[in-house]
This record gives sequence, structure tokens and C-alpha cells, in this order.
Amino acid sequence: MIRQNRRNRPKPLESLKKERTGIPGFDEITRGGLPAGRPTLVCGSAGAGKTLFAMEFLVRGAMLFNEPGVFISFEETDQELTTNVASLGFDLQQLIADKKLVLDYVFIERSEIEETGEYNLEGLFLRLSHAIDSIGAKRIVLDTLEALFSALPNEAIIRAELRRLFRWLKEKGVTAVITCERGEGTLTRYGLEEYVADCVILLDNRVQNQISTRRMRIVKYRGTSHGTNEYPFLIDEKGFSVLPITSLGLTHKAPTEFISSGNPRLDTMLNGQGFYRGSSILVSGTAGTGKSTLGAHFVEATCTRGEKALFFAFEESQDQIIRNMRSVGIELERFVKKGLLKFQNARPSSWGLEVHLAVIHKTISEFEPSVVVIDPITNFLAVGDETETKAMLTRLIDFLKMREITAMFTSLTAGSANAEDSEVGVSSLMDVWLLVKNIESNGERNRGLYILKARGIAHSNQVREFLLTNRGIELIDAYIGTEGVLMGSARSSQVARERATEMARQELTARKQRELQRKQELYEAQLIALKGQYETERDALLRDLDEEEKRERVFADQRLEIARLRKADNGGVQVEGNSAGKARKETLK
Amino acid sequence: MKAAPPKKSRRANGQALPVDGDNSARWNLRLYVAGQTPRSLTAFKNLKDICEEYLKGEYHIEVVDLMENPTLARGDQILAIPTLVRKLPQPIRKIIGDLSNTERVLVGLDIQPR
Repeated sequence: MIRQNRRNRPKPLESLKKERTGIPGFDEITRGGLPAGRPTLVCGSAGAGKTLFAMEFLVRGAMLFNEPGVFISFEETDQELTTNVASLGFDLQQLIADKKLVLDYVFIERSEIEETGEYNLEGLFLRLSHAIDSIGAKRIVLDTLEALFSALPNEAIIRAELRRLFRWLKEKGVTAVITCERGEGTLTRYGLEEYVADCVILLDNRVQNQISTRRMRIVKYRGTSHGTNEYPFLIDEKGFSVLPITSLGLTHKAPTEFISSGNPRLDTMLNGQGFYRGSSILVSGTAGTGKSTLGAHFVEATCTRGEKALFFAFEESQDQIIRNMRSVGIELERFVKKGLLKFQNARPSSWGLEVHLAVIHKTISEFEPSVVVIDPITNFLAVGDETETKAMLTRLIDFLKMREITAMFTSLTAGSANAEDSEVGVSSLMDVWLLVKNIESNGERNRGLYILKARGIAHSNQVREFLLTNRGIELIDAYIGTEGVLMGSARSSQVARERATEMARQELTARKQRELQRKQELYEAQLIALKGQYETERDALLRDLDEEEKRERVFADQRLEIARLRKADNGGVQVEGNSAGKARKETLK
Repeated sequence: MKAAPPKKSRRANGQALPVDGDNSARWNLRLYVAGQTPRSLTAFKNLKDICEEYLKGEYHIEVVDLMENPTLARGDQILAIPTLVRKLPQPIRKIIGDLSNTERVLVGLDIQPR
């Protein structure tokens, strides 16, 4: 009764236990690693990296998680394996000496084997069992188990034994990795996936446009969610690394801080402060318009502030960039020496797009810069088509935005193409788009810089002339007038012309002013002359009037004398004559 | 020359013991088994019979039980059980199975031409 009760009691929900591999990125996409205590199938064609994956699973398990492991190799000898991974810094001999690792090379020579009747693979089981028990192994690798099929003639026995083997491994509770060759149209050549149903990982090395890209996909992972995409992975001097880069969506934060573009005039054009931190900046333009120089300015400004910058150059070597930028007065070498600036130079054709992305991802994660310059993105079109490139850049931009890294991408537009047609079609992803254009007129080329867009920044809509001087980039107001936009010598001759016109106008004004002055003087002189004349005439008139008065008085006196003599009454006449003379005098004064 | 069952051929420490003949015999054979299974007994019996018939007085059989001594599986690269290894004459030949097909055993041991 009690027993039955116990059996009927529902078990607490227990999710699948996972065993971390320690391989960078892999544990993220599997959300924790491989299924613990169960076998995992790793399949892939020759050279896909199966053995390395398996070996890293063991070595990292032993080194990071202190879990001993057994490597059963059907293909390579102990010595070969040791040598192969020594370049990755794995010292197998030391691990073996520390009882963390057992290497067992199982070699079967078909030609020296004759089959006579019934048999089983107990010998292999015993070897595995012994190896596991000798160090208390938690992990085991069988690389490549399918070698059994070519070594032993009886497939029916092998299949039966494999079934038994996987069951036995599960019972043992070891986490197993079994590598398999990929078959035509199937995951494995001998259909091993039907025995190992818990977790199947596919490694792929595809060649496209003569460039190979390693990719990994989790085909199946029973009992757990996992990333289903194909993830690019790298095998480099540090071993295996998987890059879980996908489009992260639009959840990134938007910092409000500004950072300088490295050019004060450009900053002025951008609201006076520069770019938003964490924004993506596209600089497009035809060949030789100074796109890289803008990038170098940006990097210089960043490093001067003491922040780290990373420069991905797909066209020039580090020395070449440093030399060329020195010629325009940008000294980058000091920052490299201080460890603030790092160059990553590679030809686009060295790797496929995915690997480029992976390398950029990895370098950024290691260096942790605040500014990244990618010069130019158009070169990616050499390795992938437009859709792929755009997808890759979207992922890259998302990644950069998540980390609040300000990124400047340069893009080369063909001379004939419409300059506003960004080659890779990524302009919509960008926050700021600067266009540097060669403007050809009057037999010379001049550079003009426009801000085509700047999200969230009130920016100048005016074209600036862009000069590369030995002090770096200088932005000058282009002449914009009735005759259109003038630049270069046309601009300076226009400026000279304008100055001449101005001078002529000033002269004209001065002349007119002088004339006015003269006129006034003339008028005043005339006024004085007139007054003189008037005064002369007035004096004459006054004199005349005096004379008249005198004469009148004399006349009146005479009349009075006559009247006196005649004894006439004449009082009224005397008064009349006097008053008239006085009034006439008054008006003249 | 009496055929002894594998059971008696083991020492307490599990070391292989020469069953028959001596080390200087022209035919030096080693039979790998894993425990006293019916199949390994059959194999041993079959081997003994063939040797008695074709290699009388010229052979030496050593039985190795991998249950007792799993490390020995590595030396001769044993996977299948039972496996008969012809150590001498050179070159090394391996015959897997319970040796029930006499013809193939003879071919495998190069007693009979292919």
C-alpha cells in the first residue's frame, strides 16, 4: 500500500539537467549545455570541427568544471590528438597525468580481421568501462563511432551493439558526445541519429563564393528549448567559439549623451554637440572623398577623451592608415601605443559574412570599445549579396546598440551612382547619414558634405565645403547664391568678385556723400551771398526812404511856412504826413 | 596435449596462462574472452578442435579474460568478443566470432589458402 502510494505520488517537476561545455557561446544557445548523463550526437562532414568540439567539451570540462573525461578515438592516435590541440593551448599530457583525461585510441584494421560466427562488442564496452572507472569520468567522447561500420563486416551486430552501447552509457550516467560523419541527405551516414535521440548538433562548413563559413545548428534537443538558428562559429587560436548573434530586436536604450565627431564645425552642424552616444552613423561618398578621414577624426576625438576605439579596416593595413592620417595631421599611433585604439585589418574575402560578423563580435567583446569604425561596409558585398549583407549589418547594429557603442560605417558609392542611394541599402538603419560628395565644375573637383539625416538632432541642411588640410578636415561655408553652389576656386573667385562689387558700392556711396556735402556748402555760400545782396539793397532802400522823409519834412515845413504866411488853418495835414512816413520805415526794418 | 577449458587456464590474479604447447611454438594464438559466457566456451572449444586437427604439436594458445584484465584489450585492439589473435607467425591476424565456421578460421589463420 505504502509503496504504491509512493509510486503514485506525482514527481516534482524537474527540468532536464544540463552539463556545461565551457565552449564560449555554445552554452548560451543550448541554454545550459548538453543534456547531462545522456548521449549527444555531433554530426558534420569532414573538417567541420567535430573532433575539436568533442575535445573541447572534455578539456574545458576537466579544466573549468573539474569533470574528468574519456576520449575514445577511432581515427587519430593519442599522439596525434595531443599535437593537434597543443596549438590551442591544451596540454593533454598534463591532464592525463592529473587523472583528468584518458585518451584511448581504438584501431581496427579491416584487412587483418576475419569473421567466423557470432560475436559482440563486449571488448569495446570493457575498454570504455575501464577507462571511465579509472578516473571516475563524467564525460566521454566517441570519435568517430561510425568507424565500426567500416571495420567490422556484420552491420546487424553493430547496430544491435550500438543500441546496447547507448543504453549502457545512459545507465552509466556519463554525458557522452558521439561524433558522426554526415551522409548524403541524412544527418549521419549510418543513421546513428535513430539511436541517439536526445540531442543532435549539426556542424556545417559551407563554401559560398569560394569562402567557407562554419555554422552550427541544434537539430534536436529533447526536453528543452534551444536556439534553432544556424549560428556561425569560429575555430581560432583559442579554440571553438559559437556566436549567438541574432537580431536582438528593438529593445535597446537610447542614451541622451552626445559625443563629438572630432570636428567642431561638424558638431556645429549637428546641433552643436555631435552624435548621440550609441548611434549609428553612415558616411557615404564616392572614392577619395575623405570618408576614412572622417572616421579617423572620430577615433581621434574618442581616444583623446580617453575612451577606447576599434577600427575595422577592410582596405588598408594599420601602418598605411596611420601614415595616411598623419599626412592630414591626425596622429593615431600614440593611441595604439596607449592601448586605446585597436585596428583590425582583414580583406573582406578572407572570410564569409558570418565569420566577419563573428570576428567583429568577438573582437568587440574582448576589447570593449566605446566607438567602432567600420571602413567600408560596401566591401562586404564582395562576399555576400545585398540581402545577406543588410541582414548581417542589421545584426551588427543591434549588437552595437545593445552595448551603447557608437559606430561609424563608411560606404563607398560608385561614381556614377546616385549618391543618395546607399549601396548596401542600410541607410534606413542608420541614425545619422553624412554624405560626402565630389562636386565637379569648372575643371576641378571639390568635396561637399551634407547631413542627409540625423535622427533626433536639429541639424543644418546646408552643404559645407569639405577641405582636407594638413590639420585635418576643415568645413567651410560653401557659396550659395543666385548662381548656385560654388566651391573651390569658383567659390574663392566668387568671393573676390563679391568683394570688388562691395568696394565699388562703397565708393559710390562715398562719392554721393561728398556730393551732398558739396551741395550743402554751395547752398550755404549762395545763402550768404543772397543775404549780402539783400542787405545792400535794403540799406539803399532805407537810405532812399530817409531822403524821402527829409524831403517830405522839408516840403511840409515849406507848406507850414506858406500857411503861416497866409494865416490858414492847417493842423490836420501835418499829422497825416508824419505817420505815413514812420509806417513805411517799420516794414523795411 | 589435452584441451583444458578456459576456466582452469586462469591464475588467481587473472594473468593469462599458456594453455598448451610453449612460447617457442610456431603458432602462437591468443583468444580474448569476456567472462565465462557460453560463446567464449564455444569459441575455445572450436579453436582447440581446429588446432588439434591442423596444427598438432605446433601451437600455443593463451586465453585472456578481459573481465579480469581490461587493460589488455588495448594492446591487441580488441573490440569484439571473442577475438582470436594470431601473434605468430607474423603478420598478426584477427579472427572474430565464436570460430564456428572452421573453413573461415582456417582461411583467417592462413592455414588454408584463400
